[in-house]
Amino acid sequence: MELRKIGDNVWEIPKQGEMRVPALIYASAKLLADIKHDMTLDQARNVACLPGIQRMSYVMPDAHQGYGFPIGGVAAFDLDEGVISPGGVGYDINCGVRLLRTDYTEKDVTARRKELLSEIFKEVPAGVGKGGVTKLSRNALKDILVKGAEWAVENGYGTKEDLERTEEYGRMREADGAAVSDRAMERGIPQLGTLGAGNHFLEIQKVREIFDKSAAAAFGIEAEGQILVMIHCGSRGLGHQVATDYIELMENKFGTKGLPDRELVNAPFRSELGRRYYRAMSAAVNFAFANRQMIAHWVRDVFAKVLGSSKGMRQVYDVCHNVAKVEKHVVGGELRDLCVHRKGATRSFGPGRPEIPEAYRSAGQPVIIPGSMGTASFLLVGTPEAEELSFGSTAHGAGRVMSRHEALRRFRGEQIRDDLARQGVELKSTSWKGVAEEASAAYKDVDEVVRVSQEVGIGRLVAKVVPVGVMKG
Amino acid sequence: MAEMKKYEILPHTADGKFRAYGRTLEEAFVNAALATASLMWDWARVEPKLTRPFCVRGRDREQLLVKFLGEIIYLLDTERFLLGSVAGLVIRTEGEDWLLEAEFKGDTLSDRHEIYGDVKAVTYSDMKIEECGGFTLQVVVDM
Repeated sequence: MELRKIGDNVWEIPKQGEMRVPALIYASAKLLADIKHDMTLDQARNVACLPGIQRMSYVMPDAHQGYGFPIGGVAAFDLDEGVISPGGVGYDINCGVRLLRTDYTEKDVTARRKELLSEIFKEVPAGVGKGGVTKLSRNALKDILVKGAEWAVENGYGTKEDLERTEEYGRMREADGAAVSDRAMERGIPQLGTLGAGNHFLEIQKVREIFDKSAAAAFGIEAEGQILVMIHCGSRGLGHQVATDYIELMENKFGTKGLPDRELVNAPFRSELGRRYYRAMSAAVNFAFANRQMIAHWVRDVFAKVLGSSKGMRQVYDVCHNVAKVEKHVVGGELRDLCVHRKGATRSFGPGRPEIPEAYRSAGQPVIIPGSMGTASFLLVGTPEAEELSFGSTAHGAGRVMSRHEALRRFRGEQIRDDLARQGVELKSTSWKGVAEEASAAYKDVDEVVRVSQEVGIGRLVAKVVPVGVMKG
Repeated sequence: MAEMKKYEILPHTADGKFRAYGRTLEEAFVNAALATASLMWDWARVEPKLTRPFCVRGRDREQLLVKFLGEIIYLLDTERFLLGSVAGLVIRTEGEDWLLEAEFKGDTLSDRHEIYGDVKAVTYSDMKIEECGGFTLQVVVDM
């Protein structure tokens, strides 16, 4: 495959064969070496072959192999000529990250971190097969699918201000519970308000470094040592089932002939099935928003109980990492509605975009990039250039480099816990094997990922945070 | 004769990948179910206390496999059911479709079991169904 370096940290796979547009990769030489290890570039090229794709098939600095689309892939499609693909969103629909700020400092929390973590562990159900604490009726679930985080706030979980500081204000308006199968609902009912497992985690963090004081201040990040809370989880089995269901429906309706990879199955955006998937996916997005809203509420409760108050625990923002959305972008000098697929990528809108809440409109959208378990995470801010460079998108995390199987062979969860403890980081998990699978050595260097984001201009660094306490599902 | 290897877990950057073997397609499907379970729990330590019969239909063998393995995740999520073994697995065709009937035997998740992995979905990515003497199924699951 031809791969040309066309600028600092920018590589292009020129249009060839069936490709309708080139593929563009944002990576340093070091990250590109990681990316080349697997099928990421082939997958980016396959995406470039899909009908109606606009400008480029983009690959973010943290990309790795997915199924059909790469993880860390961004592709936008024309609404009339183009497609929508469940594989372009991913199975964990609206897997995302929420960040809370606090008025607490390292001094307030260090001595109490074990207690805080134990209490959070009690309040927030985590791990595979662990049900939620909320007994949910099917009607309540339907309400959640339509209203998302708004439902949670109406039911006493958090505040209206949280909604204001959530992508899509915590609710995708196109959602329709009727597009979600019974099977997906059955999987969702016991899982609302649960963290899940795998790469999902909840961290108590402290600010290590502030790079951009004015953006940080706009987001409520004031000083090094300030305590934050990060919640990383998604739509659980409900979202996974929506993806599985629509892949099957699209296969049965449109077949898989001519697709270089069966996971690229798609439907014309305007087709009945394409629209139905969009409504079902939006419902799963809402489920995930409600999920993170409830977890955030319980975390505040724990802080209030252990430290005496949850005052000042405002939400910085909540971003989606796996989603498809209709957004306005300029293509060929013309402002158009496009269906932007971000799979393992974060929206990164610069100042002024109407999608950004008023409080942040002059600063730009907060972009939250979690590192691997126990390592640094970053807060960035969206840039105006990102719209031209990546349809307003940037990286979403560290991205794996080592298989889970290999990580299990090389690391032991208990050892990781002890190593972290020596660095002053408390770790709790439902499974030590699960911890070994998520060892930070199995991931790319997140510092390098955000450095490239900043150098390319698709996200500007605001602050670096490091964990104090980690809860892994 | 030594017993044939049931399955092998293969390296994959982010997800779970395995090859399952069988002298027949049915046996390979059974072993694919055990391989999937092995990414989440130790199926050999799950007692066969409960039985869950089911039937799935696919437009081809690949879709049949995706739906069959999806049943493991569905039962875990909805009933906290852990698969320990598969019984009475039969695959047949009906017109253009493929049909599979089987029974999962297993137990309800409790403190006795450790769940260390989270298989979110079964994918078609890199899926292979090969016939050469016996059957080999290659599957990637989203984790």
